[in-house]
Amino acid sequence: MWKFFHKLASPPHFYDLANKIIPWFIVPAILLITYGTIAGLFFAPMDYQQKDAFRIIYIHVPAAYISMMAYMTMAISAGIGLIWRMKLAHAVAAACAPIGAWFTFLALITGSIWGRPMWGTWWEWGDPRLTSELILLFLYFGYLALRAAIDDTSKADRSSAVLALVGAINIPIIHFSVEWWSSLHQGPTIVREGGPAMPMEMLLPLLAMILGFTFFFGAVLLRRLRTEVLYRERRTGWVKRMIQPAGGEA
Amino acid sequence: MPYSDSASPSLGKAFIALVRRDLLLAWKRPGDVLNPLFFFAMVATLFPLAVGPSVEQLALSGPGVLWVAALLAALLSLNSLFLTDYEDGSLDQLLLSPQPVVLLTLAKTTTHWLISGLPLVLVSPLIAVTFQMPGHAVGILMITLLLGTISLSLLGSIGAALTVGLNRGNALLSLLILPLAMPVLIFGARTVSLAAANDTVAAGIYFLGAYSAMAMVFAPFAAAAALKISNE
Repeated sequence: MWKFFHKLASPPHFYDLANKIIPWFIVPAILLITYGTIAGLFFAPMDYQQKDAFRIIYIHVPAAYISMMAYMTMAISAGIGLIWRMKLAHAVAAACAPIGAWFTFLALITGSIWGRPMWGTWWEWGDPRLTSELILLFLYFGYLALRAAIDDTSKADRSSAVLALVGAINIPIIHFSVEWWSSLHQGPTIVREGGPAMPMEMLLPLLAMILGFTFFFGAVLLRRLRTEVLYRERRTGWVKRMIQPAGGEA
Repeated sequence: MPYSDSASPSLGKAFIALVRRDLLLAWKRPGDVLNPLFFFAMVATLFPLAVGPSVEQLALSGPGVLWVAALLAALLSLNSLFLTDYEDGSLDQLLLSPQPVVLLTLAKTTTHWLISGLPLVLVSPLIAVTFQMPGHAVGILMITLLLGTISLSLLGSIGAALTVGLNRGNALLSLLILPLAMPVLIFGARTVSLAAANDTVAAGIYFLGAYSAMAMVFAPFAAAAALKISNE
């Protein structure tokens, strides 16, 4: 068991391992997203109130979910890196941030497009979830800006880890304060007492999309992580040997 | 005497000595204290100039304007929290001292609040009156600012510790702290608005109190960790 963890934390081993497990993420991601898109866009029944406009939830909800999941993944791995001084965990945190920021952006854009026919405006300040998503994007910006401002990788890792943890403590507070600040949005429909309010034909594609996006996130994260590991280890022997095998031209 | 094997002072003494030193330094450079106050007054003046002198509109936007101005003024003074000590090397000495770094960040933050947060609270009624704020709402404004600026100083100390010694640290500091400070702003400004509309204000004041208590527990540790990282 411990040997497995030690091997996992070793960069060359991880670099190879990541390459082997990426297909296990990308294939389910493609299958689930394809099913979710087709079933969601063509076969799910029309919402009696929102007509076809509701179908944007098949992108919006998974994107919003990933945006928060990515921040939590980032904060947890940053914490692991800070406490156990694990370099790979710091690399995970660093790789999470840009992906999470893009999913946050996607959730904001799709939320805004959905808002146009529903509320008649591109942006509704009275909507607490859109507003907390915007603040989440700012948190990602702060994290990325702090990383970018520090040249030394190890210092950037630990400084940004402190920030990620402080941000993670604040996210629920931000969420509830924004909720208190205003309430105009429709209530949550998936998780509620007495079962979901959606019919199965609507819900299944949505769950498939959420799962598919999660696998996609995993695949992108592993790819980024490989690059991140390669960059961090650029001065070590194994990277040099891999790029320039023995006997190759100088 | 429970602790007498060396010349190092007790925690309380070290804390007081550090606060006294920083207050004395601020006293010698009154500009550091006054500039954020002028900034606060000027930002608050910008809004009526930009929006127009309509009395009803100003009365409506007053709480928000005052809170945004206070937030920006608090940010303005944060950059210097550790910077002067970092530049003249005394921060290294303080980090080497036998007292825990948490004590240092807590003392620094306390002084920062005394010379930037507290004056803002005291000056705010003057500006609130120009926004036609009713008397009892001014009292609530002072309470919310009192609790809110404590949180802002504490949150800000984390940002200042993370960015000390970085180029362009000031703009970065705002970028890091503003999203974290938004709950404080929301509850501060809305509570004053509710007070002005003769509504109940307890929820907001409880929240601000709880937030500053929580920040007081966690923020000095986070700031201490950040300070150690950025100072190696």
